[in-house]
Amino acid sequence: MQKEKPAGRGRIYLQGVRDGVPIALGYFAVAFSLGIIAKKAGVTPFQGFLTSFLCNASAGEYAGFTLIGAGATYLETALTTLVTNARYFLMSCAESQRLHPKLALGHRLLIGFDLTDEIFGISIAQKGYIDPFYPYGAMTVAIPGWALGTMFGIIAGNILPVRAVNALGVALYGMFFAIIIPPARKQKFLAGLICVSFLLSWLFSVLPALSGIPEGTRTIVLTVVLSAAAALVCPRPAEDKTEETA
Amino acid sequence: MKHNVYVYIAVMAAVSFLIRVLPLTLIRKKIENRFLNSFLYYVPYVTLSVMTFPAILHATGSVWSGAAAFAAGILAAWFGFDLFKTAVTCCAVVAVLELILL
Repeated sequence: MQKEKPAGRGRIYLQGVRDGVPIALGYFAVAFSLGIIAKKAGVTPFQGFLTSFLCNASAGEYAGFTLIGAGATYLETALTTLVTNARYFLMSCAESQRLHPKLALGHRLLIGFDLTDEIFGISIAQKGYIDPFYPYGAMTVAIPGWALGTMFGIIAGNILPVRAVNALGVALYGMFFAIIIPPARKQKFLAGLICVSFLLSWLFSVLPALSGIPEGTRTIVLTVVLSAAAALVCPRPAEDKTEETA
Repeated sequence: MKHNVYVYIAVMAAVSFLIRVLPLTLIRKKIENRFLNSFLYYVPYVTLSVMTFPAILHATGSVWSGAAAFAAGILAAWFGFDLFKTAVTCCAVVAVLELILL
């Protein structure tokens, strides 16, 4: 791309902040419910804040807190984090195609630090090469929203009435649906794959021979096996691969 | 052996960071392997599905409100609700149902 001089980093940064505000609000609410789960695992408010500040991952942190509560091994935690965050690997691949080839390493590291579904989504929607100051703006509000939400969830989770806690407990799953369902609507195979995943996951949790397998291991095994099977049965067309994940 | 929460956090943070940063820093051209591409494409969907069900059934005060949230979330996302609205829908369904059930 033969771009003219950037329109001004300050302005692009502020635009990122503005687009980041609704993301931050949503994060706060969802992180609050994540905090409730963290609290059950015995995680302190500061530890929850730290985890969310450093990890910026809904599914990954949810799995992580569950494993902490279960006293899982560090290896199991690393593998589960790897699997639950695997989609960011894909997004990172996609976004790598949209950065200026000469963009400095420091910028790449910083963009990667908070490459979430939503920030990836709004960044990729920018025209031409992504100016790193745009995601920086969004990160400035999104990261505090996520980290503070987790912290307040841990602090206030036990002040709230049980009914409210129960209701907030499903917020995270709502977010997962918003990620997996829309593309499944357009792709029958994907919809089928999701149903098979639900079914096998349920079977693993109730069948006597399989229900002893720890949840983290179950997630890893089912993900690797089902994704590999899906890739063999219905390989993706070579072209359009990454764009649409957001 | 007692595990240290800060080590867990360090492990999670390191893996989360590396997985996001490696492609951004190392890959300057498109991944060509079709199987690998397809595999990576399907991974997030399978993972999130497996983590959601049946866990959602036990996330609330009653299996029934959990099941209702499951159905409501799928419908909401299917009909185009964004991330935030879908999450709110699930919460609202549980809140209303538990007023009646519990």
